[in-house]
Amino acid sequence: MPKLTIDGIEVEVAPGTSVLQACEQLGIEVPRFCYHERLSVPANCRMCLVEVERSPKPVASCAMPAGEGMVVKTNTDTVHKARKGVMEFLLINHPLDCPICDQGGECDLQDQAVSYGYDRGRYEENKRAVTDKYMGPLIRTYMTRCIQCTRCIRFVDEIAGVPALGGLARGEHLEITPALEAGVNSELSGNLVDVCPVGALTSKPYAYNARPWELRKTESIDVMDAVGSNIRVDARGGEVLRVLPRLHEDVNEEWISDKTRYAIDGLKRQRLDRPYVRGADGKLKPATWAEAFAAIKTRLANVPGNKIAGITGDLVDVESVVALKDLLTGLGSANMDCRQDGAQFDTSNRAGYIFNSGIAGIENADVVLLIGTNPRWEAPLVNARIRKTYLTGKLKKVAVVGQNFDLTYPTQFLGNSGSVLSALADGSHPFVETLKAAKNPLIILGAGALRRGDGLAVQAAARAIAETVGAVREDWNGFNVLHLAAGRVGALDAGFLPGPGGRDLAGILAGAQSGEIEAVYLLGADEIDGAKLGKAFVIYQGHHGDRGAHRADVILPGAAYTEKNATYVNTEGRVQHARFATFPLGEAREDWKILRALSGELGQALGYDTLGQLRQRMAQANPVFATLDRLVPAVWGPFGQAGTVADAHFASPIENFYMTDPISRASQTMAQCTEAFLKPALPAAAAE
Amino acid sequence: MSAAHSHGPAVAEPTSFEFSAENLEHAKRIIAKYPEGRQQSAVMPLLDLAQRQCGGWLPKVAIDYVAHYLDMAPIRALEVASFYTMYNLKPVGKHFVQVCTTTPCWLRGSDDVLHACEKKLGIKAGQTTPDGQFTVIEVECLGACVNAPMMQIGDDFYEDLTAETTEKVLDALARGEKPTVGPQNGRIRACPSGGPTTLTQSALAAGVKPQN
Repeated sequence: MPKLTIDGIEVEVAPGTSVLQACEQLGIEVPRFCYHERLSVPANCRMCLVEVERSPKPVASCAMPAGEGMVVKTNTDTVHKARKGVMEFLLINHPLDCPICDQGGECDLQDQAVSYGYDRGRYEENKRAVTDKYMGPLIRTYMTRCIQCTRCIRFVDEIAGVPALGGLARGEHLEITPALEAGVNSELSGNLVDVCPVGALTSKPYAYNARPWELRKTESIDVMDAVGSNIRVDARGGEVLRVLPRLHEDVNEEWISDKTRYAIDGLKRQRLDRPYVRGADGKLKPATWAEAFAAIKTRLANVPGNKIAGITGDLVDVESVVALKDLLTGLGSANMDCRQDGAQFDTSNRAGYIFNSGIAGIENADVVLLIGTNPRWEAPLVNARIRKTYLTGKLKKVAVVGQNFDLTYPTQFLGNSGSVLSALADGSHPFVETLKAAKNPLIILGAGALRRGDGLAVQAAARAIAETVGAVREDWNGFNVLHLAAGRVGALDAGFLPGPGGRDLAGILAGAQSGEIEAVYLLGADEIDGAKLGKAFVIYQGHHGDRGAHRADVILPGAAYTEKNATYVNTEGRVQHARFATFPLGEAREDWKILRALSGELGQALGYDTLGQLRQRMAQANPVFATLDRLVPAVWGPFGQAGTVADAHFASPIENFYMTDPISRASQTMAQCTEAFLKPALPAAAAE
Repeated sequence: MSAAHSHGPAVAEPTSFEFSAENLEHAKRIIAKYPEGRQQSAVMPLLDLAQRQCGGWLPKVAIDYVAHYLDMAPIRALEVASFYTMYNLKPVGKHFVQVCTTTPCWLRGSDDVLHACEKKLGIKAGQTTPDGQFTVIEVECLGACVNAPMMQIGDDFYEDLTAETTEKVLDALARGEKPTVGPQNGRIRACPSGGPTTLTQSALAAGVKPQN
C-alpha cells in the first residue's frame, strides 16, 4: 500500500493506483482528455501533467503509478504552465466553431480551456482540416474537431468488442477512420458520443436540436430491454430530445445500448393520443373518455367474470399491472397472463425466473454457460459485462448451447439442440466436468429457450445443471434467467398469472377462438396476432398504435415510460422507479389512473386514489416492491417440471435488435439502423 | 491516408493476395521467433514480406491478408502500415529511389543529387516515370551520414554521390545493370576518403612505450 503526499495531504492507496486516481480519491481535480476510467491508459493527451518531486519534468499522472513516498503537486506554476502549453497545442488545430458545435456547453475542451486556455492564439499558420468519416446513422462526425485522444478507438475495441475504428497515418496526418464503410456496427456505438471529449463525434438524430442548458433533465429507467439501464431523459417542452446513461455500477455502469439511446424518436410517432371506439361499421372512431368507458361498460354488462381475460405486454409498469390484476379479480376473472410471448416456465419460485447472480455478479464468474440466448442483442449491457470479465482474464470459458452468435468474446459451441441440454442436465456431457471444476459457474437461460413448448422442461434442465455443478450455494447463485421485456419480472412478481381455475395465454387465445372468452384486456400487449383473438371484445390500453391497437374494439390511450412515475423490475429482480419527464400526449393518461377510473365505471372501484396508496397496495401484494434498487436474494427452492427436452433447435427470440417493441418499431432512427447494419448482413445470414 | 504515402501511378488494386509458398515458409519462421499467443508481434516483418512480394507496395488486400494470417483486426494492421513511411500504400516504380535530404546530406550537396535524379528521370520528387521504372522521393536520415550525400535504391545504399555519379547509377539501372553498391567516389566503405589519417605508423615507431 504505497503512501504518497499530494498537495501536502498524505494518502494511502491500493497498489497499482495511478497518481491521477489518487488525486481523485482526495477530490483533487486533474484535467484530462484521453484518460477514461473504464478504458486502457494511452497517456497521449498530456493534459493531466502534475509535478512530482525529484522528477525533472512534469509527469502524466494518468499513467504514473503511485509510488511510496512520492510528493505530488498539482497546483504549482510549473503545472499550470505545462497544462497551458498542452492546451495551446491542442487548440492549434481545433476549430473555433463552438457556436455551431453540438458539444458546446458540455465539451471537455471548452470547459478546460476556461481554466487553461489563453485568450488569444499565437498560431498564424493554416489549421489542419480533416475529411469527415461516415460512422452510420447514429453518429455524426466532424473530424476537424478531433483532438486524437483515441478514446473512441479504445471504446469500440475494449468495451464494445468490435475493432471498427483505427488511427491511420501519424503525426499531423493522424485520422480516426472507421474500418468499414458501413460505420460502427455495434449495439453500443452510441456511447462513442459520450466518450468523445470534444464535438468530433456527436449524436446524428440529435444534431442541432438543443443546447444542454435548455433541457429539463429527469433521472429515469430504460425499458427497451430487461436490464433496466439507468438513464437521464432530457426533454424540452413536451418533447423528449435525448436519452443519456446515468451511472449505476451494478446495472449499466455508464453505458447504454443504442436502442435505449436512439429509439426515443418513436415516442413521437404512431402515438395514441385519444380514446377510440370501433363503430358499427367496423372502423375505429375517435371518442371521449366517457364514450370509451361507456362502450366498455355496455359490452361487459352481462359478461361473467370467467369470460374476461387480461394480457400484459412488454413495457408495462408494475402499477398498472397490479391495478389491472385487482380490477380483473374484482370482476371475477382469474384469466390473466403476463407472458405474451407464450413462454412457459414455473413461476412459483422467484429464484426460478430472475437473474440471481445480478449483472455485477457476472464479474465473479469463471465459467459461463449460455442456453438459447444471444445476450449481445437481448441485453447488450449483460454482454458487455461478460466481455469485461473475459478481458480481465477471470472468465476462463464461455460455452453456448443454442445458436452460435458472435458475442465479441471467444465461445465454445456445444451444439444447438435440446439433446445437448439434456446431456448437460444428466451429467453425461463432458462440459459438465468443466462446470464442476469452476469456482463460480454461471448459467444464463435465455427467454427464447423458455418460449418453446417444452419451456418447463428446459427450465428444469437448467436448474438440474445449476444444482449438479454447484452453481447454487450459500454464497453464490449462478442460475440466471435473462428476460427480454422490461415489464416481465415486475408482472411476474405482481403475480399477473392465471389464478386458480384461470386460463394462461394459450387458454385465453383458445377461449377467444371458441367464444368461451368474450372480452380480452390487452395492457400494452402488442406481440399477439390479432387473428388469434377470434371474435372477442378487445380493449387495448397502451401508448402506440401497434398490433394490439389495430385489433382493438376500444382503445384507451396510456402513457409511455417517459411520461409516468412507474415501477419497473429488471431481470435481476431490482426494483427501480422511472420518473415523469413529459406529459402524456393529448388525452392520454397514466396507465394506473385509467384503470382506476374504469374500475369506478364498472362498479369495482379500486381502493387507491393516489400513487402512494397504490404503491402501498403493491408492497402488500409483494414486499419486494418496497425494496427500491436493492437486490433481494431469492430463496432457492424447488421449481420447474422435470420432463423431456425436445431435440428441437433453440431459436433466437430477436430477429432485429433495433426493433423489438412498439416504441422502437415506430422509431425512424431504428429503421435507419436496420437498413444500415442488418440488411447488408442478411444475405450472409441466409447463406449459413 | 497521408500524402506521404502516395507516390505512384494509378495501378489497379489487386483483388486478392496470398503469400507465395516460399514466403509462407519465411512467414512461419518469423512468427516462430515470438512467444506462443504473441504472433501479432510479427506484423511488421510480415507486412514487409508482403510488400516485397507485391513489388514494393502494399495493396489493401495484402494488409488484410496479413491481418487475418496473424488473427488480428484488419484495421490494426492498417494502422501499422499507415504509420510507418517505409510501407508504401500506393504503387511505386521498379527502382524505388529514396534521396536523403536531412542536414548532413544536405550540407554535403543532396540538393544536387535530388536535382540530378529529377533532371535525369524527368519527374519531380514523389512521382514515378511513365514507364514505371523509377520512383523518386525525398526521405529523412537513412543513417549513412559518414558517406553523405547518399540515396537508397531498393535495398541498396549508393553513397558519396555527386550529380554525375548519381546520373551514372541511374543510367546503369536503366540499362538493366547493377551498379556497384556503396561509395561512388572510390572510397572503401566509411574509411577516410583520402587514405588513412590516423594509425599510419606502428605504435612503437610513434613512440608508444609498452606497459610493463
